[in-house]
Amino acid sequence: MTALLGLAALALHVTLMLAAAPLLVGVVRWIKARLTGRRGPSPLQPWRDLLRLSRKQAIHAEGSSRMLRAAPVTVFAATLAAAALVPSFALGMASAPVADLLVLAGLLAMARGAAALAGMDAGTAFGGIGASRVVTFAVFAEPAMLLVIFTLALLAGTTNLDAVAGVLREGTLGLRVSLGLALVAILAVAIAECGRIPADNAATHLELTMVHEAMALDYAGADLALIEWSGAIRLLLWMSLIAAIFAPFGIAPAGGSPLDWVLGLVAWAAKVLLLATGLAVLESLIARMRLFQVPEFLGVAILLGLLAVIFLFISQGFA
Amino acid sequence: MNPPGSGDGHVFGVLAYDVGHLLGGAVLVLSFGLLYQRRTSAIIGLYGTQAMVLAAAAAWQAWVQSAPELYLTAAITLAAKGVLMPAALRRIATRMAVHRGVEAAMGIFPSMAAGVCVVALAVLAVMPTALQSTALTREDLALALSVILLGVLMMITRRSALAQVIGFLSMENGLILAAVGVAGMPLVVELSVAVLVLVAFVVFAVLVFRIRGHFQSLDTGHLDTVLRGRE
Repeated sequence: MTALLGLAALALHVTLMLAAAPLLVGVVRWIKARLTGRRGPSPLQPWRDLLRLSRKQAIHAEGSSRMLRAAPVTVFAATLAAAALVPSFALGMASAPVADLLVLAGLLAMARGAAALAGMDAGTAFGGIGASRVVTFAVFAEPAMLLVIFTLALLAGTTNLDAVAGVLREGTLGLRVSLGLALVAILAVAIAECGRIPADNAATHLELTMVHEAMALDYAGADLALIEWSGAIRLLLWMSLIAAIFAPFGIAPAGGSPLDWVLGLVAWAAKVLLLATGLAVLESLIARMRLFQVPEFLGVAILLGLLAVIFLFISQGFA
Repeated sequence: MNPPGSGDGHVFGVLAYDVGHLLGGAVLVLSFGLLYQRRTSAIIGLYGTQAMVLAAAAAWQAWVQSAPELYLTAAITLAAKGVLMPAALRRIATRMAVHRGVEAAMGIFPSMAAGVCVVALAVLAVMPTALQSTALTREDLALALSVILLGVLMMITRRSALAQVIGFLSMENGLILAAVGVAGMPLVVELSVAVLVLVAFVVFAVLVFRIRGHFQSLDTGHLDTVLRGRE
């Protein structure tokens, strides 16, 4: 029965992730438009774009290899697999036993690697620039992420995301300075990984300043739809991850009844909406930083992650 | 390492301590923000925010320790350092038209890395002295000492006189943070520290204006040329 419930929760979770991700992008764009005094397109617009693109033919650059053809599916599959591991409204999904934070980081790295390789494959200059920039940022973002994982693992005694979220949901650990520092670090990493301001501007049309978008320039039609959908899922994934770890209120416990799920769904939607509003306000308030300042920005995230570990050692003692 | 929820870890989870603690952590993060930020106006804004968080920490401690005089500390911190000093600093900055930051003596990343080393130093210094006390006092002291040392570090790594003043002021924030965390700190001590800082602020302001008048810049590196000229 529990196994069946876990499967049902997983199915509902994956469906939600797929359906809500483009909607989230639309909501962020809509709030940003309202904040800058424009009416803005309907939040459903990204969905309409995806449907329109999916009906169009995928064209590949001349002389490109199989990498460019395989990349959209690889990126999408890896991102979706990662999204299936992050609990949204309920703990104890069928994917819980494999929901290791390191596996999550690995899946995201795989998606990034495939996109970067394909970016260079078409042989256009901008794709190569984008690929090199994304990998440069990742060099700094991944250690920061690993330090956050280290902090969580020291606190909860496991790297399993489901178990970590469960421990934090109990609230026995209390508020920790380490968790606060880890939150700041993971926010910086999430901003860089999702290509949002100040690390990167998702709405730019100027190729020279692009990071994530530069790699998507060589896709068309259904391929482009998959790449954009993956980007939207990645944003939702990071928001759900931050919500599950740092604001685990209302999430249904493992083996909870579908009634708990309803509460969990409402809480999850509220948390994601809050984070989306925060992101939109942040993006409206500040400017994108210069490209060479991004590694510095992520370096700060690494240092904060390091500090989180240091403070954990003071509170629990060296041993 | 203790497993979670055991040993002296049991004091965690009490909301009263945790919130005070988290506010201390926020002050530390803002100290790092000061070290990271290059633009003068952003530095002043961050300093004001740090003072406001510090005021919140003091008010929280007043409530937890039921020590009404700490509310006074909180009010002074909020009014003087959260509002007045940032406003004064902004006026100085606009009058001197120094919105462009002066380059730091060290790069931003090296100074941040030095900041983490300084925090580790603070931790190592606090650990043996406070080994008998609870984990919370240990962490509180380490936080406050880190803020103080980061203020010193900011004074060392910045060449802009204004940024050095703010480093000094944020150092004083660390002192207040240490003072409010300890129960039974007499108000006289805090008041005298506050007055001292006010005096120092005036002295610094005069110094800043003099440097500006002589060198048409806020770069304290110019002072070296004066010394070299005397030799």
